[in-house]
Amino acid sequence: MRATCWMGTRNVQVRSVPDPQILNPRDAIVRVTSTAICGSDVHLYDGFIPTMQRGDVLGHEFMGEVVEVGEAVGNLHVGDRVVVPFPIACGHCNMCEREMYSLCENSNPNASMAEQLWGYSPCGIFGYSHMLGGYAGGQAEYVRVPFADVGPLKVPDHLEDEQVLFLSDILPTGYMAAENCNIQPGDIVAVWGCGPVGQFAIKSAYLLGAERVIGIDRFEYRMRIARERAGAETINYEETDVWDAIREMTGGRGADACIDAVGMEAHAANAWHIYDKAKTMMFMETERGAALRQAIMCVRNGGHVSIAGVYGGFMDKFPIGAIVNRSLTIKSGQTHVHRYMRPLLERIEAGDIDPRFIITHRMNLSDAPTGYEIFRDKEDECLKVVLKP
Amino acid sequence: MRAQQRNADTALAKGLGWFSIGLGLAELGAPTSVARLIGVHDDDGARNLLRTYGLREVANGVAILGTGGGDAEWLWTRVAGDVLDLATMGSALRRNTGANARKIAVGMASVAGVLVADVIAAQRVAGDSGRANVFEMRPRQRTSIRVSKTFTINAAPDEVYSFWRQLDNLPRFMRHLESVEPLGGRISHWVARGPAGVRVEWDAEMIEDSPQRISWRSLERADVPNSGTVDFTPAPGGRGTELRVRLQYDPPGGKAGKWFARLFGEEPAQQLYDDLRRVKSLIETGEIPQTPGRSSVVHPAQPHAGRRRAAGGRR
Repeated sequence: MRATCWMGTRNVQVRSVPDPQILNPRDAIVRVTSTAICGSDVHLYDGFIPTMQRGDVLGHEFMGEVVEVGEAVGNLHVGDRVVVPFPIACGHCNMCEREMYSLCENSNPNASMAEQLWGYSPCGIFGYSHMLGGYAGGQAEYVRVPFADVGPLKVPDHLEDEQVLFLSDILPTGYMAAENCNIQPGDIVAVWGCGPVGQFAIKSAYLLGAERVIGIDRFEYRMRIARERAGAETINYEETDVWDAIREMTGGRGADACIDAVGMEAHAANAWHIYDKAKTMMFMETERGAALRQAIMCVRNGGHVSIAGVYGGFMDKFPIGAIVNRSLTIKSGQTHVHRYMRPLLERIEAGDIDPRFIITHRMNLSDAPTGYEIFRDKEDECLKVVLKP
Repeated sequence: MRAQQRNADTALAKGLGWFSIGLGLAELGAPTSVARLIGVHDDDGARNLLRTYGLREVANGVAILGTGGGDAEWLWTRVAGDVLDLATMGSALRRNTGANARKIAVGMASVAGVLVADVIAAQRVAGDSGRANVFEMRPRQRTSIRVSKTFTINAAPDEVYSFWRQLDNLPRFMRHLESVEPLGGRISHWVARGPAGVRVEWDAEMIEDSPQRISWRSLERADVPNSGTVDFTPAPGGRGTELRVRLQYDPPGGKAGKWFARLFGEEPAQQLYDDLRRVKSLIETGEIPQTPGRSSVVHPAQPHAGRRRAAGGRR
């Protein structure tokens, strides 16, 4: 089958690889009908995530048709149309039972690797390095889905792929980011990054009762979509001082909650960018955390900072002083997708949210390398690329 | 096994002790004969020197026998004495020629042989006692390996106990274990693969068997003597069971064996950790998570061609 393979930094190729097989009794094989490129895939593309191996199949946002089931999968049948969540969860460990699915204790066969870096290991993830399990990903024609009796969500036929595809990752991610803000009536929420996750975080913040939501970015086309489709007020950080602007917009208090939907490859308009870029290039720092620093500075005293963006290792010059002295709460985590899929599907069916507004490009799987380029460099007003095998 | 080895080692030491006494008495009582035997010129100086050495030998032999052959220090003093003997005979060799020189050379060879025996005995006895001794450059340590690891399993303690007690479950998650066969009563026969695929076997006896604790020890003639304990304790707050495994084993080849194993990437604590992670997955989910290429970062994260279904995931 054809699959998008990581061949090195800034080098993805669609190659022919063996078809997946059932390995464990609770596996299923899914034929992919739609898949997407995620902002966190860009971190893999740019070589920021360790333990990648030449030839690894990428992709963790995918859906399709079940074509084979293992002998212990009782609730899924050949022919079912499903969306598959990106974290792999067994359903029976302590963490899964507490609905913290991205912390599943049984899905990462390489847990010891992750423990070296992080202390303990999160769950295994499709197509996201050997440290997180070494699972082949979903930017391919077929995928082996472990614990298929727990993860995949059956979706109704009257909803087309593009309406439900993002239940696999970014819609629940934006929603959980907003939920982590503990939004109260009257709250003003600021979102750094008007990419796909940022857009969904803005929408989710409104759904959860925010009074006003501010989107921060530097690309006009993204801010326009945030204003027109997600209802945000926007700030261009290259033209405006963000801290001043937020202060003015919040009566001098600061944002009640801040969401970092940018992550480890942040761009800044000031000296921080030079600092972070130089340090990461010399491997003296593993992330560029300019957006997160700013979010911490702009939140009001006692407020919440919700980190949706992906980080991998150790950030430099972290404003721990601001956190400690101002009673800030930091909430984060890889999205517990399974928790949100059904409620968000209902929202989609009820018309509360139509996720299709973020899709700007559709291409064949074979064009994935182009997709990665334009998505990473934000060319052609690219916001989200959907691939069809 | 260890007791047998210790007995053999002290027997060797005691033998050397008697040899010391015998040689010493000869040097004390008949220095002329000894001098002629080893080819050294038989003058007053030589005889006096031999008597002194004889005294030393007897004292050393008495000390060895007095400590039951179990004190490596007195064996190391024998080694020092051998070195002194060789030095003395070496300088005599330089001053002699012909038949005498040949005799001295033969004598030196004999002493060299005894020297080797003394060194071996000293090392073995030191190893058995595990104590440092003044003649060694570094302290000798026990060559037993001890590991202890804990994991929490989301299942009731008696469920975890029952799973573990079913001995043929063990090879499903213990990577090195090939088979466990109950032989009746509390005895079972175990087969494992060590580093480089070397096959090791032993019989084990279960000393304790309750839903709170299982403990065992290997019987004599085990390839790798081992013992251990498994504790099944309720985890707080309804989290299930805290499974704690403590193992002790003596790899063949002692300390050298330990380093040999490390060379092959076998780290005992990590192995146990991985084994326990697997039993947790097996009990909680019924399977062991796997991706082709196992945990090595050698294979790309791709579907593996032609791999057959492996229910339970051993391997």
